[in-house]
Amino acid sequence: MASFKPTKIQVYPKLGEKVTQDTLYWKDYKTPVQIKEFGAITNVDVSPVSPHNFAVTAFTRIHIYGPFSQEPLKTFTKFKDTAYCARFRSDGQLLVAGCEDSVVRLFDVSGKVALRMFKGHTKSVHVTDFTSDQYRIFTGSDDYTCRLWDMANATLINTYQEHTDYVRCGVTSKLNRDLFFTGSYDHTLKVFDARVDKSIMTMDHGQPVESVLLYPSEGLLVSAGGRFVKVWDLLKGGQPLVSLRNHHKTVTCLCLSSNGERLLSGSLDRHVKVYSTTSYKVVHNFDYDASILSLALAPDDESVIVGMTNGILSIKHRKSPEQSKEVPGQQKRRPSYRVFVKGKKRLPKQDDYLVSKPVKQHLAKYDKQLKKFNVSKALDTALETWRRLKKPEVTVAVIKELERRGTLKNALAGRDEQGLYHLLHFLIGNVVDPRFAPVLVTAAEMILDVYHSVIGQSPVVDRQLLRLQDLLEKEIDYQQDLLEVLGMLDTMFASSVPKMEVPWFSTSCSNGLTEGEARPPLHAI
Amino acid sequence: MVGHGEIRVVHRGGSKLHFRAPTISADSCFLACASGDCVKVFSTSTEECIHHLRGHTDLVTGTLLRPSNHLQLYSCSLDGTIRLWDFTDGILIKTFVVNLPIYSMVASAKHEGVVFVVTPTHELFQLVAVQLPPSPQQQGEVLDLSAVIDDVSSNPAATAFGREGEFIASVKGSRLEVYFFRKEKSFSLKENNEKNKKNTFTCVACHPKDDCIATGHEDGKIRLWRNLNQKKEYTYLTLHWHHAAVSSLCFTPQGTNLLSGGVESVLVQWRYKQENQKDFLPRLGGAITHISVSPDGVLFCTSHSDNKITVIKNNVKVSAVIQGLVKGERVRTDLLVDPRSKVLVLNGRPGHLQFYSLQRDKLLYNLDIVQQEFIHEDGLQQFEVVHAAFNSSGNWLATVEERQQKSADVELHLKLWAFQEQTQSSWFFWQFHPDWAPHEAQVTALSFCPSADHQTTMLVSTSKDGHFKAWAAAPDAHAANADAPDHTEGPSWSCDFVGTYHGLVPERCCFSADGSLLAVSFQKVVTLWNPNSWELVTTLSQPPGTIRHLCFGRLSCSKYLLGTTSENLLCCWNLLTCTLEWSTAVETTLLLDDPRSENVAAFSFQEGNTDLFVFKPNEPRPLFSHKAVCSGRVARAVFAPREELLEACEESSQWLNLSQLYFLTPHMDLMTFTTKVEEERLMASSKPLVINDSVAETPFSLLLGKHRRQHENEERVLSGSLLQTPAHVLPSTSFLCSMFVQSLLVSVTDSRSEEMASDNEEEDSEEEMEPSSRSERAPPPTDSTAAATAVAAPALTKAELRELKRVRRLDLSWLSGVCS
Repeated sequence: MASFKPTKIQVYPKLGEKVTQDTLYWKDYKTPVQIKEFGAITNVDVSPVSPHNFAVTAFTRIHIYGPFSQEPLKTFTKFKDTAYCARFRSDGQLLVAGCEDSVVRLFDVSGKVALRMFKGHTKSVHVTDFTSDQYRIFTGSDDYTCRLWDMANATLINTYQEHTDYVRCGVTSKLNRDLFFTGSYDHTLKVFDARVDKSIMTMDHGQPVESVLLYPSEGLLVSAGGRFVKVWDLLKGGQPLVSLRNHHKTVTCLCLSSNGERLLSGSLDRHVKVYSTTSYKVVHNFDYDASILSLALAPDDESVIVGMTNGILSIKHRKSPEQSKEVPGQQKRRPSYRVFVKGKKRLPKQDDYLVSKPVKQHLAKYDKQLKKFNVSKALDTALETWRRLKKPEVTVAVIKELERRGTLKNALAGRDEQGLYHLLHFLIGNVVDPRFAPVLVTAAEMILDVYHSVIGQSPVVDRQLLRLQDLLEKEIDYQQDLLEVLGMLDTMFASSVPKMEVPWFSTSCSNGLTEGEARPPLHAI
Repeated sequence: MVGHGEIRVVHRGGSKLHFRAPTISADSCFLACASGDCVKVFSTSTEECIHHLRGHTDLVTGTLLRPSNHLQLYSCSLDGTIRLWDFTDGILIKTFVVNLPIYSMVASAKHEGVVFVVTPTHELFQLVAVQLPPSPQQQGEVLDLSAVIDDVSSNPAATAFGREGEFIASVKGSRLEVYFFRKEKSFSLKENNEKNKKNTFTCVACHPKDDCIATGHEDGKIRLWRNLNQKKEYTYLTLHWHHAAVSSLCFTPQGTNLLSGGVESVLVQWRYKQENQKDFLPRLGGAITHISVSPDGVLFCTSHSDNKITVIKNNVKVSAVIQGLVKGERVRTDLLVDPRSKVLVLNGRPGHLQFYSLQRDKLLYNLDIVQQEFIHEDGLQQFEVVHAAFNSSGNWLATVEERQQKSADVELHLKLWAFQEQTQSSWFFWQFHPDWAPHEAQVTALSFCPSADHQTTMLVSTSKDGHFKAWAAAPDAHAANADAPDHTEGPSWSCDFVGTYHGLVPERCCFSADGSLLAVSFQKVVTLWNPNSWELVTTLSQPPGTIRHLCFGRLSCSKYLLGTTSENLLCCWNLLTCTLEWSTAVETTLLLDDPRSENVAAFSFQEGNTDLFVFKPNEPRPLFSHKAVCSGRVARAVFAPREELLEACEESSQWLNLSQLYFLTPHMDLMTFTTKVEEERLMASSKPLVINDSVAETPFSLLLGKHRRQHENEERVLSGSLLQTPAHVLPSTSFLCSMFVQSLLVSVTDSRSEEMASDNEEEDSEEEMEPSSRSERAPPPTDSTAAATAVAAPALTKAELRELKRVRRLDLSWLSGVCS
């Protein structure tokens, strides 16, 4: 007597990305905390000193948030117009910010009123930063100039007028107190030295530069502009090292992970991509709801802070080690190991008579019902919510098995509104999946056959049917488009592939001789 | 035509076992079953075939234990004879000639010397009582025939004896007829068959102790009829479980249970008079065709349509399975020979491949390819295994299964099976991702590349979607697998190449013997490809008509490619010149190459018969030809390599030396060709099997038997002399007692005591000899011991002598060390 053969669940090739170390690392964050700001968040800067508060520049305000608070710890509101680029000094005590009204303000983090105001720019100031000696401030403005200010007496030290378009990004060196780097909409990156009046290095990015970033070693400079992220080797005189084109809209912000091994870029295409800094391949990808303008990582990658155009600040905190461990622990407690091995270790003695116990075959619930030919119940079991959502292949396998048994119609018939709703819901979710389509299309046809007489009696079911119809129409259009593309590709391939020569006759006689003869005329020409 | 007196076509195994219900012997040890024109006797415990009762000249249609002697068996046949056999010894006792073809036979203990047979009379069948003459001659003519019921069904299940042989019931169509022997009157009733009710009777069984008749119906109902004695007052009870026709019914000998079976392949056991209690034994295999019960009620037997007899204990547990060659409706896969075990592989049960040993005529095992629950229902589209192929070393098996749905396209699976080296017995399925859509349309051919190095395994499949695909196993992973065949890790099969040729449909594919060329036929064109670089080498398209078969020549003929076309041409191309070497007009149904030689066999169909030609591609004259091998077209054949080579010198039979040709006739009979030499050898080697005396070997008898054999001789001598001599001449009882007890003791203890004694003496002598020098000490003690033993026991047994020799060889130098 053969035993019941359970329904075979088709193993489909895994879709989607592979699980790597990186995916595990970057997925290990809690659900994001979202805070609504008044306008587009143009800059996020994390304080270099503990407790690593961060300054968020949005519209005319600068908010300072604590690492785990959802309410701002402090707010700077003394701006007459949009504020830009609030940055902490390396000791975390002072904060500098530019403004649309061309005035640069310096704040004490604990105070409220601006300590100093730097006036001199003629247009809005989009980039401000402290030099590494902590006494000077570097600014870049839409009046095409970069200026260096003395902090103590708020006087202008130097003005650099080399850029020919807005200066929108810049960074100062953390190791050398005189060096700073700017990026401009004139497509160039420039390196300035405070000791001389001119730029000492110029690099052409090719697109308006939106963001620059310096490696901790300061040997490499990263710039973002247009769809490109480019890495420049400063030690080789600004030689381009790599050009990455992984976004499909302008890249707006750049950030390095705490250990410097991963580079993050945010873009208007609503993605944050994580690159490895050794291979410069994308290793992970975050999706957000809106175009990303600013991006920052807390030290040790404790949180990912992203500011978007719709004014939403999204903060993802890393899961604590206990939490990440809890996930497997949450499963139902199983009987202990001892229960299963009870009596298994005992070896039979020589004279013992062995009574073989029939091994009970474990069957899934739907298999048990299929074994008893309870087809409707088996389909109900397969359509349970969690199975329908988590393992659609099981549901599809049961439907296929019922179809093979010729009892799918019986199983589908006789359902109430709720049952039919679930069934149609599953169909809408999966019918266009190419893995399931052949099975589900026949099922959908049968459902329409069985229930065509009751259409119009239930608004819920009718709505689902309309959705199904929409979906199918869309899918048909989509398939038509695909076929058109395929046809185009075919013609292209057909024209590009050289005509295959018939090997038997031509190759043997035309290999060396004809080639040798064909060349001299070419040279002569 | 070449003389072929030496070679003849013989039937080879695999005849039907499920044609008629098997008969179980009274002690439930043996099972007799009609199989073709002989009766096979099987052992119910070991499943081995013990005897072939040969003698009938036509199909055997029934077997029956002789009611008066349970060691004898009647068998009836279409040749018009009833034969009486001693089935334990396999001896024909008597032959009764009836001169009418007999379709079935029943008998009862009440009717001594009478059997009731069903014979045809003018288009109708008639139940006839046959008085068997009690003459002592071997052969007897039966003259005493009397018709009992006219117009009965020829099906043996449709006739049954009632309570202690008082009446006989028979069903046909929608009519039940009961004949009472005492009143010599018959009673009949008709089922109402209106309103599309499928009330037609299919089988009948009668309760052995009660006046109750059970009938099975077309619609799956079982009716229990009672009170048939009184006219028009009969009552019936309907039992319904089966969803399709009940094919067999049977009461147990005590009448406590009713067994029923049908196409669902479930044995249902109903309790008599408590019919709502039933036991099931599901998933027995093919549809149940017959059920029989042993006379003591210990065993049940079910015959199945997949040529199988299942022996079931009465606690509803399967105890043994007797399986013959499964014959499906058609063999979709080619006949294959497993290169590893040299067994025949072909379609068996639905969704299975069967491995059938040709030498032993036994089904070795069924490999479940589809791995799905088989639903026994008519009109259901099932998965069928349509193609299978082995690679040259036999460690890979590729199978294609398909299911043709009514409306939608065909569902295909390509599976690859790896042989498990460790267990040496089973195949496990290699999970293979493209198996859910290897092709978009039906697969037309499947072929493994016979590469010399087993590192790379390549499979080519052609399909009606216009592509042929090459599948390759990754070589490194395969090598790793050879070391440690782990189920999770293994070779990854992937599609290597997809080939097309002007959008034509590829029909056949074939690799050359060394694997350097692949020939794929696209309708009328043969294309040759290089499997290493996948470039089209050349195309051959001379003959008109679609290519039907392709095969490469082997060994000395490897430069030839053979093909047959739908225009009845057999062509041979020379691959060196790419020209047609020769062609002949012959309607070839099958072209087959022998893997061991350069011979090619072609089956051709002419005037309703199939002829066989065996030829070499480079020789104009065929080696062998045989007209009218069988009627109809031969579609499947295979060359099976021989275990031991045959040495025939005749030119016409030399082609059979290396391998043997098997083929399937349109009626699914497996046939082969044998030479006279081989037959003689077979005859010489087959000796009648000797069965031990009927005492069963119980553990108790084994235990006792050992003991008994040891003492048999001595005891017999002693006890015999004790009992036969008069008491007054015997010595005193006390003297005799010790002797008697001694004789009962196991001899080993005797020798040990003997040994102890000799040891002691030896030590004594050793001490005596101690003062003498070490060099001359070795020989004297042996002498002295020998003397001592000689004195102690003048007559030495063999065991004692051996013991002595051992003692002599002992090194006794340690003694001197102790003393000094």
